[in-house]
Amino acid sequence: MAQGMNTPLLDFFRAARSAGLRISPAESIDAVQAVQFVGFEDRARLRDTLGLVLAKTAEEKRAFAACFDLFFTRAGFREETAGDSDPAAPAEGQPEGQGEGQGEGQGQGEGGLSRLILAGDQAALAAAAEEAAAEAGVSAITIFTQVNLYTRRILERMGLGAVEREIAAAPEAPRTARLRAGRDRLREQVKDLVQQNLLLYAQGRNEEFRERVLSRTRMSAIDRRDHDRMRLLVRAMARRLATQYGRKRKRDRRGVLDVRKTLRRNMGWEGVPFLTVWKQETIDKPKLVVLCDVSGSVAALAQFLLLFLYSLNEALAGLRAFAFSGALADVSDLLEHQPIDRAIPAVMDRAGFGSSNYGRALADFEGGFMPLLDSQTTVIILGDGRGNRTDPRVDILARMANRAKQIVWLNPEVRTVWGTGDSDMLRYAPHCRVAAVCNTLDQLDRVISDLLRDGA
Amino acid sequence: MSIAWQDQLHSIEATDRGLESAGYIANRSISTAVYLAHHLRKPILVEGPAGVGKTELAKALSSWLGLSLIRMQCYEGLDESKALYEWKYGKQLLYTQILKDRLGAVLGEEPGLESALTKLHGFSDLFFSEHFLEPRPLLRALREPGGAILLVDEVDKADQEFEAFLLEILSDYQVSIPEIGTIKADVPPIVLLTSNSQRDLGDALKRRCLHLHIGLPDARLEARIIATRVPGVEENLRRQLVAFVQQIRTLDLKKQPSVSETIDWARVLVLLHVRELDPTLVRETLNVLLKFESDIEAVEPQLGELLLKAKREAVPVR
Repeated sequence: MAQGMNTPLLDFFRAARSAGLRISPAESIDAVQAVQFVGFEDRARLRDTLGLVLAKTAEEKRAFAACFDLFFTRAGFREETAGDSDPAAPAEGQPEGQGEGQGEGQGQGEGGLSRLILAGDQAALAAAAEEAAAEAGVSAITIFTQVNLYTRRILERMGLGAVEREIAAAPEAPRTARLRAGRDRLREQVKDLVQQNLLLYAQGRNEEFRERVLSRTRMSAIDRRDHDRMRLLVRAMARRLATQYGRKRKRDRRGVLDVRKTLRRNMGWEGVPFLTVWKQETIDKPKLVVLCDVSGSVAALAQFLLLFLYSLNEALAGLRAFAFSGALADVSDLLEHQPIDRAIPAVMDRAGFGSSNYGRALADFEGGFMPLLDSQTTVIILGDGRGNRTDPRVDILARMANRAKQIVWLNPEVRTVWGTGDSDMLRYAPHCRVAAVCNTLDQLDRVISDLLRDGA
Repeated sequence: MSIAWQDQLHSIEATDRGLESAGYIANRSISTAVYLAHHLRKPILVEGPAGVGKTELAKALSSWLGLSLIRMQCYEGLDESKALYEWKYGKQLLYTQILKDRLGAVLGEEPGLESALTKLHGFSDLFFSEHFLEPRPLLRALREPGGAILLVDEVDKADQEFEAFLLEILSDYQVSIPEIGTIKADVPPIVLLTSNSQRDLGDALKRRCLHLHIGLPDARLEARIIATRVPGVEENLRRQLVAFVQQIRTLDLKKQPSVSETIDWARVLVLLHVRELDPTLVRETLNVLLKFESDIEAVEPQLGELLLKAKREAVPVR
């Protein structure tokens, strides 16, 4: 009995998972138990209960509410149409199933469906449709183009063929007209049902798929209309890293006694250790200096890198950002004081879209900002290292590498083309601790989280 | 096994009424959460903006059920010696000093160091027993004989490590103390954790809890809350002030006034013997409601308009 009671819940868990809720097995067990306490009768209460057990963030609550409503309203066709078909249905008078239906034996087989349609029995139709939908495996639906396919399959299973034949056999009979109208309505209703299933089971999966694809696509190739979604993704990734690395910078290593400090602390008690002092490890927050090439070839990547870094704010001790294509421009103030969505276009305005000259940018940096670098600073340079045959000034990079803790070069080009044409990448690379290919969000995430893990 | 307070939680309606009798007007999902927390033996994680009554819920529960409220305020650097237990080092030391002579008498006859040690081993762990254990909030809640309300306040302020440490207590209502063993609660306490979402809590913690989000209340609920918390407010004024606060919440502000601010404001108005909202009065008391200068500046120019609207809307709210 408990088994039977749980099936709709299990279906609901599946739907909720596809709507983006992460429901662990433990939580589903909790939900089943909770429902045993409150029961199914009161829908509002059921909703409260499941919401408490299953949805654990504000976003999940929202997704949950939408999914719950969708799931539990679909259990039946709307009765609105039943009203107008009733008065015109004399067939209703005869007790259904007694006369003609008996011969079929299988409820909704031949003739069964037309009888249901003529009787306007919406509840029975809905039940039949649900059953047929389950048989047709409608919950496996993934994209909208399948809606018609599934609609047809379900209708066939419900025995639409027989209805069509009946209509064709007596096209003029008054009964046929009603049958035809009923059939059309049924088709619409089944289509709605399939649509709902699409929303229920496929939406989340599609979103997820899309995000996965986006995070692996080369950033320069991402379509403008996906930028918003990308921003959200970048933010989410940055937030994850920030909570992971942003908090504790000093950690007691409990169990490892700091003998020297303990003795000093307890001098007053003749060295009897009343108070213990444990060894601590300090984890420094990284200080970052970022130089972004924002010339046409790297601009897209630069946008997302800056967005990423500024979303990371709390995990970093200090962040200075410079942008260049020809001359170098300090853009920290822009990024700090304006919302990032507006700041990035402003950065591009200030420095972007020219042809790049790495030598000049490096010289500018040495001229004005060299004191920024100290033994705790990590320099991230983002660029393809293509200086349009100008002097690369590798000597300056070498001096920077000496002053700073490390230099990390992120290059959107694949490794095989480094050094070809006007690329000076191979000459820069020896001075960088890391010279990595970085052109998708996944790669960006990996590089930055490595940086943070080492305390950079 | 059944204890008086547990019977009081026999249905959601009873929970609702009980909370109301303690002066806490709950919406449906709050009372459902409390009811389920007891029956499923699960902690409730309460999230929501500041001042919507997260902590208040725990207080109301304790006064309704007649249980003691054990509160643990979380902060960065909180660890188990402050949350769970600590040895009474001073007492241990004092006792060793006092017992020194006796120890000498006991061990005196032993011929060698070896045998003295074996004899000492015979006395079990004298100094690491319950007598020298200083229970902190978590342990106290577990050992409370008739059950308790344990409020872990602002758990998002504690470190992630601490969160992990909470897991054992939250899922099994027991803790392991290396020197003594496992201590299990006879009557599991009702546990409430509150969070202001300063950081995202770990999934493991969330999975073990019922997640209750308390938002800002609608006009009807807020009016009822004011009616219970500030009984001196007249019906007419109450509707006006609630409608006014609801209006303010629709504006784009740095910090929306929450229920606690509405209550404060209502108290102020009662103290000033106000019967009707008027612009000068509202302007002068606005700082009770809004906590940022910029917010006050944003609201002031629209004050007259907001008041008019509030008065118009105050009538149909019944």
